[in-house]
Amino acid sequence: MTGLYLHIPFCLRKCPYCDFFSLAGHSDRISEYVKCLVAHMELFRSSQQDPEPFATVFFGGGTPSLLEPAEVEEILRCADHLWGLTEGVEISLEANPGTLNLAKLEGYWAAGVNRLSLGVQSFHPHFIETLGRLHTLADVENSLSWARQAGYRNIGIDLIFGLPGQTREDWRRDLERALAFGPEHLSLYGLTVEEGTDFACLQSQGKLILPGEEACADMYQDAHVFLRAHGYCHYEISNYARPGFQCRHNLIYWRRQPCLGFGAGAHSFLARSWGERWASPPDLGQYVHSLEQGVDPASQLEIFSRQKAMAETFYLGLRTSVGVCEADFVRLYGAKVREVFPGALERLADNLVFEEGCWRMTYESWLLYDFLIREFL
Amino acid sequence: MDQKYIRNFSIIAHIDHGKSTLADRLLEATGTLSQREKTDQFLDKMELEKERGITIKAQSVRLKYKADDGHDYILNLIDTPGHVDFSYEVSRSLSACEGALLVVDASQGVEAQTLANVYLAIDQDLEVFPVLNKVDLPSAEPARVKEEIEEIIGLDASDAIEASAKEGIGVHEILEALVRKIPPPQGDPNGLLKALIFDSWYDSYQGVVILARVVDGKVSKGDKILLMSNRKSYEVTKVGVFSPHPFATPSLHAGEVGFIIASIKVVGDAKVGETITHFHRPAEKALPGFQVVKPMVFSGLYPIDPGDYDDLRDAMEKLQLNDSSFSFEPETSVALGFGFRCGFLGLLHMEIIQERLEREFDVGLITTAPTVVYHVHTTDGQMLRVDSATKLPEEQAIESIEEPFIRASIHLPHEFVGPLLALCEEKRGIQNEIRYLTADRVMVIYELPLNEVVLDFYDRLKSITRGYASLDYDFLDYRPSKLVRLNILINGETVDALSLIVHRDKAAQQGRELTSKMKEFIPRQQYEVAIQAALGNKVIARVNVKALRKDVTAKCYGGDITRKRKLLEKQKEGKKRMKQVGRVEIPQEAFLAILKVKEPKQ
Repeated sequence: MTGLYLHIPFCLRKCPYCDFFSLAGHSDRISEYVKCLVAHMELFRSSQQDPEPFATVFFGGGTPSLLEPAEVEEILRCADHLWGLTEGVEISLEANPGTLNLAKLEGYWAAGVNRLSLGVQSFHPHFIETLGRLHTLADVENSLSWARQAGYRNIGIDLIFGLPGQTREDWRRDLERALAFGPEHLSLYGLTVEEGTDFACLQSQGKLILPGEEACADMYQDAHVFLRAHGYCHYEISNYARPGFQCRHNLIYWRRQPCLGFGAGAHSFLARSWGERWASPPDLGQYVHSLEQGVDPASQLEIFSRQKAMAETFYLGLRTSVGVCEADFVRLYGAKVREVFPGALERLADNLVFEEGCWRMTYESWLLYDFLIREFL
Repeated sequence: MDQKYIRNFSIIAHIDHGKSTLADRLLEATGTLSQREKTDQFLDKMELEKERGITIKAQSVRLKYKADDGHDYILNLIDTPGHVDFSYEVSRSLSACEGALLVVDASQGVEAQTLANVYLAIDQDLEVFPVLNKVDLPSAEPARVKEEIEEIIGLDASDAIEASAKEGIGVHEILEALVRKIPPPQGDPNGLLKALIFDSWYDSYQGVVILARVVDGKVSKGDKILLMSNRKSYEVTKVGVFSPHPFATPSLHAGEVGFIIASIKVVGDAKVGETITHFHRPAEKALPGFQVVKPMVFSGLYPIDPGDYDDLRDAMEKLQLNDSSFSFEPETSVALGFGFRCGFLGLLHMEIIQERLEREFDVGLITTAPTVVYHVHTTDGQMLRVDSATKLPEEQAIESIEEPFIRASIHLPHEFVGPLLALCEEKRGIQNEIRYLTADRVMVIYELPLNEVVLDFYDRLKSITRGYASLDYDFLDYRPSKLVRLNILINGETVDALSLIVHRDKAAQQGRELTSKMKEFIPRQQYEVAIQAALGNKVIARVNVKALRKDVTAKCYGGDITRKRKLLEKQKEGKKRMKQVGRVEIPQEAFLAILKVKEPKQ
């Protein structure tokens, strides 16, 4: 299984909590950028040995829904031409409800996109504003109904919890409203104040008061209970899906499977030896310039040793409900989990279970995931 | 050289009053230090001294000066350590001189530390003359400060030299005054050898290097010498002077100051204050004033990583080579494992040793709260010297306990007297005297239990007086006191390394303050942590560190994985400074929480 990730680093406006690489107000450079993406894919492919067709494609951003359907089609055609797309390929596109209309959604569908991930973030006008989003509640409602109309049968909604001033009841209502649209997938992210964002700046000035750790933990647990009762599986720390609708692309990351990333700021994971991670610079000018010179802008970020690969396989796998399959681990590394991490397993005895041949973290322990996985670093 | 052309002097100054800068100017003005060699503050050798601006070891340097009278003089500058912990060393350095420059900051005035050292100098009949430094500063008030020197010290300041070491003002006048005012050495050049050791350190190539002042007679390469207090004898392999770089001379004569190397293996054999004489023609009586300095403050030092134990011991042995007043012996703690109980002259000495161990030897350390030596009389009639709370016998086995008292002289502007008195009362002090030195300079003298002083007295003093107070102290005596052991329990288990000896009347309050301070230091963990303070079996305070509820990265996709991991690795690096006690991770600072109970919340 190999994935393809395409980073579209353009936004109409920068959200105050977001630290992904993206530029606001440069939509005029999108068509030039798409040409670069295509050039980058061609350049990479020209020196690649043993190419594999992609089982998943993901347009992430930024705001990929700023792309014209024809641009999406051009990129997908290029990927298909250079590598091929497997039968039943999952093609996701992240969309901002404020940038959509029926024709556009139909265009993406016609280009091959079969999964939409809608950045709703909140159904409450007050919180939508807090988050600096450009869309309105009406945009969200319209987008969801147009998407169904256009043919999408796999729609995900992204929500954020732990917002300034948000209560458990507010959060509960957001979940209920999301469910009313019957999404196949939900990503629920606890708000993290990332360094260098406007939120971080506000927080340092004491102007951003977030709900406490306890309240956030309660919201997390409320969502778990509520969504499971409505038939969703909690298949990763922040992700829920109806059976069969897990995001296959994102699973590639947690399973440490190969994924090629193109675009400024995009990362690739290559499976050669114990794994390598590469990244293109998060800088539009540099990215474009490099490709104009016919030079691949990506550089190596890290190269894994067996030990580091084992650790990463294990702790990334623990983010998912399936966990880490002992047999897969042994097949990959020729050693049993218990032999590799005897001390860590003992210290995490309360937090790990071994069932159905897999090592799993209980969902309560997911709340302490960062704290617990230090054992493997 | 004829003794009448020799002048031996030192510089007395409060920290920051510009002693080192002035010393540098004198070196430059006499051509001892070329511009090329000039690093800031040449005399402060160690990195740590430079950083803190405090001289820890004494230095000496020979300056050649052609005076206005046309004669060539040798001026030996003997630098003294600048802190209350080292007052014995200061007294020995001073006794190697005939005179001293009293350097006073022209905007700050006289400080307690200066005063203590000036009195030491006057007691030893040194010719002391004042220099007002930093007269170039807009805030300088030379007239007021002169008045202060006359009123407080009783020294004639009418012809005090106004100088600015930084700007090079007054340097020539100082050199002339040294020649004119300080008497030449009066020793007997033909007498039996008597030389005073005022410093010694270990050099890995030459063994112990002694700094000495020859009082009578002479010492030459090849002489067999005798150290009069320990009766050990050695052959001199090298003598010489620092100017400022060392160079060998055939001998050192009466009145001269220089180094002596004699294949001595440990500095403990060449203690400060010791008298050197000839083995075959010994002097009858040693020079006066020799004392064996004893550590006053003790604390446990433990490696954070138990694997560093041997490295820590090696590092301590190396430090001890140069510092015979630092002592250590193995100690075991249930909570911290194998470590050492170390003795220091005072708190600053403790901090310096700790910093050097961590910095120069790269050993991560847990330091336990400092304590003093208690005299414990047991019911079976013994007297135990107890330097650690864990060594305090059970209450029923104790007849009585005595604790050391000091006499503290605190010198401060009058507006801070109120808060200072409150602090001294809180610290169980007994007021001796409040003396108004001038309209706004006050000297407060208290008798205080040393125990209270080693805890957080300095820091509190500094904060209540905004740094305007200075402190000097002398050991007084041992006095009976109602002392008890305060135990700290983490999740119901006593953590021996956190136990303290405190006064019974203050135990409850200290227990409450300490537990709530510890709560600030101990990060939330997977399970709730209970911190209790107890006297015997009686719990007197309890706080809980709530369990960690949520610590999770929400988004972890392609581009996040490496970055998030690096972030977590960095956090984990920080956790290396924690000690696992049972299931609880306790950070380094928590073991010294008692020193910080009065600081504002973090």
